[in-house]
Amino acid sequence: MFFLSRLNRHPAFVQGMREVSPQSPGIAAWGLMTGVAMVKSGMSVFEASAMTLLVFAGSSQLAAIPLIVAGAPAWVILATGFCVNLRFVVFSLHLRSFLIHLPRWQRMLHGYLTADISYVLFARKYAHPAETAAGRLEQEAYLAGNDFLNWLSWIVASFAGVALANLIPTTWGLGFAGILCLLGIQCSLASSRMRMLSAVVAGAAAVVAYSLPLKLNIVVAIAVAVILCLTVEKVRPAPGVKA
Amino acid sequence: MNGTDLWTLAVIVGLALVTVLTRSFFFISNKSWQLPHWAQRGLQYAPIAALSAVVVPEIITVQGTLISTWQDARLFAAAMGAGVYFWRRDVLLTIVAGMAVYLPLHLGLGW
Repeated sequence: MFFLSRLNRHPAFVQGMREVSPQSPGIAAWGLMTGVAMVKSGMSVFEASAMTLLVFAGSSQLAAIPLIVAGAPAWVILATGFCVNLRFVVFSLHLRSFLIHLPRWQRMLHGYLTADISYVLFARKYAHPAETAAGRLEQEAYLAGNDFLNWLSWIVASFAGVALANLIPTTWGLGFAGILCLLGIQCSLASSRMRMLSAVVAGAAAVVAYSLPLKLNIVVAIAVAVILCLTVEKVRPAPGVKA
Repeated sequence: MNGTDLWTLAVIVGLALVTVLTRSFFFISNKSWQLPHWAQRGLQYAPIAALSAVVVPEIITVQGTLISTWQDARLFAAAMGAGVYFWRRDVLLTIVAGMAVYLPLHLGLGW
């Protein structure tokens, strides 16, 4: 957290900022596009601003937009956001040993502020939690600096996108950039044949079940894909997967 | 100007809580604990399934009806985007390349 002086006065804070800075233009472009996509998909400026400031998770924001616009029930939107965000649950298991010495509110705030890129950079830099208090502070300060620049790039660019959106005619269809972004993240997750199977099954099931009310096709598609993949794993364990 | 409503704001607050919950999932409790095996394995497959379930209908259907023409800018943009992703492994390039295909087809040819 950038506002704690023990972190932002630490040299590792600046180092964290410096090491995320090459990623900053990419993060900003993604934020800009998300800002435009939110407004162009029919959200109000106030809603889009609140979403930027509070949700702070591009993929779940973009996934929620078509559901909000379609009037899906809240639980369907939250369940979808939860599933999209499940990759962070995996990250949190790893980050636990680095943060567990802190008071709960501090580690939860660190968790909230640590998005994909910050996690990847942090995990690449520190293979193991530090043994000493000074080492733990350094790691925490690095994470905080990294998170801070990432957060700033994202928030500023998102607001610029929200402001810019009103200058662009809706007929241009710029909301589609949000779908392309999700498609890119989807491709980045397609790291094994089983995950590709999950994507194909979920995509097909979401289309087949589209006529279900309340956007339930999304929930059904996720459930069908996950259950099918777990079943395939059971029947034919993939190499490297413990049964 | 789009309108603001309380329901949407409540959903946004809910999504913010989802962000906090998922990003700090395993260090909310002081006690170390484990998910059951099936849930650990499910973590491998749920995120990509959720994205695909949202994305695919937005590319190949109009309000849930399968498109019946290949003259749809979204098909070409998505194919280009996915191709560029697997070539360069960059989400930003995926968006840029996809939109570079989408906008001329959509605005120029009306697809």
